[in-house]
Amino acid sequence: MSSVIDWESTSNPVKENRAGNIGKAVDRYEGPLKVTGTAPYAYEVEPPSPPAYGVMVSAPIARGRITAVDTAAAEAAPGVMLVWTYMNAPAQGPRPERYDFFTPSPRPALESDRVYYFGQQVAVVVADTLENAQAAATLVKLSYQDDAAKAVTFHDHFDEGVQPPGESDVEIGDFEKAFAAAPVTVDDVWRTPLQNHCQMEPCATTAWWDGDQLTVHTSVQMVRFAQNSLAETLMLPHKSVRLLTRYVGGGFGGKGSFYEDLVLASLAARELGRPVKVAFTRQQMMHGTVHRPATDVRVRLGATPDGRLTAMSLMTTTHCDRRGNFTEHASNFARSLYAAPNRLTGHRLVRLDLPVASAMRAPGEASGTLSLEVAMDELAEKLGIDPVELRILNEPESDPETGKPFSIRQLVRCMREGAQLFGWDRRLPTPGQVRDGRWLVGMGMAAAIRGNFLLPAKASFTVDADGVITVKQGMTDIGTGTYTVLAQIAAETLGVPLGDVRVEIGDSELPPAPGSGGQFGAATAGSAALDAGMNLRKAIAEIAVNDPASPLSGGDAAQVTFQDGVIAIANRSERLSELIRRNRPDGLTADGEVRPAADASKWSSHTYGAHYVEVGVDTITGEVRTRRMLGVFAAGRILNWKTARSQLTGGMIWGVASALTEGNAVDPRYGSLINQDLASYLVPVQADIGELDAIMLDEVDDKANPMGIKGVGELGISGAGAAVANAIYNACGVRVRDYPITPDKLLAALTAI
Amino acid sequence: MKTTITVNGEPRTLDLDPRTTLLDTLREHLKLTGSKKGCDHGQCGACTVLVNGVRINSCLSLAVMHDGDQVTTIEGIGTVEKLHPLQQAFLTEDAFQCGYCTPGQICSALGMLKEVAENWPSQETANLTGKITLTDDELRERMSGNICRCSAYPQIVAAIKSVAGELA
Repeated sequence: MSSVIDWESTSNPVKENRAGNIGKAVDRYEGPLKVTGTAPYAYEVEPPSPPAYGVMVSAPIARGRITAVDTAAAEAAPGVMLVWTYMNAPAQGPRPERYDFFTPSPRPALESDRVYYFGQQVAVVVADTLENAQAAATLVKLSYQDDAAKAVTFHDHFDEGVQPPGESDVEIGDFEKAFAAAPVTVDDVWRTPLQNHCQMEPCATTAWWDGDQLTVHTSVQMVRFAQNSLAETLMLPHKSVRLLTRYVGGGFGGKGSFYEDLVLASLAARELGRPVKVAFTRQQMMHGTVHRPATDVRVRLGATPDGRLTAMSLMTTTHCDRRGNFTEHASNFARSLYAAPNRLTGHRLVRLDLPVASAMRAPGEASGTLSLEVAMDELAEKLGIDPVELRILNEPESDPETGKPFSIRQLVRCMREGAQLFGWDRRLPTPGQVRDGRWLVGMGMAAAIRGNFLLPAKASFTVDADGVITVKQGMTDIGTGTYTVLAQIAAETLGVPLGDVRVEIGDSELPPAPGSGGQFGAATAGSAALDAGMNLRKAIAEIAVNDPASPLSGGDAAQVTFQDGVIAIANRSERLSELIRRNRPDGLTADGEVRPAADASKWSSHTYGAHYVEVGVDTITGEVRTRRMLGVFAAGRILNWKTARSQLTGGMIWGVASALTEGNAVDPRYGSLINQDLASYLVPVQADIGELDAIMLDEVDDKANPMGIKGVGELGISGAGAAVANAIYNACGVRVRDYPITPDKLLAALTAI
Repeated sequence: MKTTITVNGEPRTLDLDPRTTLLDTLREHLKLTGSKKGCDHGQCGACTVLVNGVRINSCLSLAVMHDGDQVTTIEGIGTVEKLHPLQQAFLTEDAFQCGYCTPGQICSALGMLKEVAENWPSQETANLTGKITLTDDELRERMSGNICRCSAYPQIVAAIKSVAGELA
């Protein structure tokens, strides 16, 4: 079992960074393929023979039963090879009563006559061409009994919220008493809407069989989870399924699981004895995959007149689907953010006839910071204290709930450096003071926090007779930079040029890693890779000192150095490729792994940051424009300055959108989501985003993992929207607590002033 | 229906179902999968290609409408061995993450630069008759038809600006 103490006290090539590969702004490893359009995503992989095309049909009711099936017209349509509904779909493994997103289990498609949510896949048509399949899919006639009598809007069922299974509220001290006694208080509710991931690549699968062996190329974040679950769905041994996901066109949590495209393409390919491709349409993505559920977060803060928090509470009510098991933990981050002796946090969950709720970029923090970080702004105003200073006043020395020491915490430095670089001192605390023509201009800030995680993972490293190192891992790169950082770790660990590293990921036949999610990817996959690299170093050193033909012969294996493709002991050296060519012409492989440290729970470990933003509010239209934005972050040692910065700026833009444009509303007539495409669900476009940058502080978190790194994929969104909301208030004096802050809401409030 | 389209300089004669979009023709019939299907409804820009030098959403166009046209896709712009300067700029500036919108962004940017060079005005253009300067606001407005969910927008602006002068 590994230990934080060992991680802290043991040096390694990544920490030493002698060749300087770590932290460097290295171009993306797979970048040349992506910019030339030659990286094959799942639907684009060329199968061994021409594929058939599957098109899915989705249910138009929120709950009920399929009462009649008429597929005659579809079956008779040109080119149609197969039409399946629950009536004739092949037998599959049974779905467990409740399932989560980490434990593999069967996910049968077209499993029964029951409809559990609007947009559930209820039929599939496979034809010789995409056009024939699309046309025939419109001919499938299904009749329904609609049982969704109850309204499905979240707020109509608010009072039905129950404690999520296995959870309890967390109280420290006596919150109610302290809040009642506090001389200065804030007590408000913030609402965040349901949101869709809108990855650019809709979920898609290409599947084919070779005898009893299935090969699927699909678009998922977690290789092993999807491969095991698919095998169990098909009632096959795990090893009968090879799942590949080499290029993923965005995940953001929405491809943490997998969907009917994977199951139906696999089943249809078996039935037809030819490859089958199935993709979601953009419209099907909105209901048929997962979404971030809406939240209501009640924040109560009590403080002394000099700005010390005495009471703090976040209570979240959220929703999930009937069969799922997901809670948007929007209160949790607050447990570690500010000092306050009396604290109460918890969650209530409402089960609704809605599509499946699940994780979306920074689950918990992304929603929760939109409340607390605005409440802090409101409190700062009531107290007459600068929002940055208020946060610094309430900076805890140790984790405010557990008392555990922080592994490292540079939140105050992030806020101070951000304030200076942004020019925060030019902000006027009274709203509505800065005018630029028809625009009112204001500044806002917010703190960022996101947890740090490490999961078990494996990896292997191979060196070949050319001295080329190949990293192999069942890991994914969903745009995060996995390929690139694994190459950097390999180059640094084995002392070879970056150009002599190959990275193979996204394949279930490779050593398993949990995949991409929860911003644990780089730390988890990278730490396993480092271990494999260290084991390969040892194996190479042993061979060298025991090889009479090597200049290193007879030396001490522990003294062997690796640099520029050369291994050496003092002034005795030879090329790595020569040693391998002589001793292991077929290559030499070493395995490695990482496990969470047994003592890791002794520390409170997070990533931190501070957002500063300037917005303009159009007094005539209510439109909000972000004029400039800066984030300063502390997230451990940075592996790649370029890809890390991109993750952070991308997250910040998501935060801007969560404040201003993004959200989906439930249509209570059908239990559907109103916005079903990218014209109505407003993800940000180029014109929405002004000048925006992210800066990373020097940091090493030696308690996080052997490399001292942490994740950045979800930190950037955390708090970013709150900074925008605070800037809007500073610009025009309006607080909108019902996100997104759209022109209609703002204009109504502006007119009322 | 017999249709001849010159794709990346090479005449291609196809016998197509008339319902086939230009995008699906490229992807499924010509194996040119660099043009991406993000929405299939002209809302995301991932399928952007150049038709006779002008950028269009290839998902909104039927292939049979392009008999005799010159189509340029991402595959016709540069190769891994010989990147186009704009492709190199996207790599250098890290103007993409997942990469799915990237071919569309690059094709769109090349079409956009030509529009600016020919003084086609946009909403951001103050003077409709004069020479257009590619300010950041002009660039952002003109590239807003290409969604990047990873939100590499600042990096995309930097990449296009870094080569705009040399390509204009």
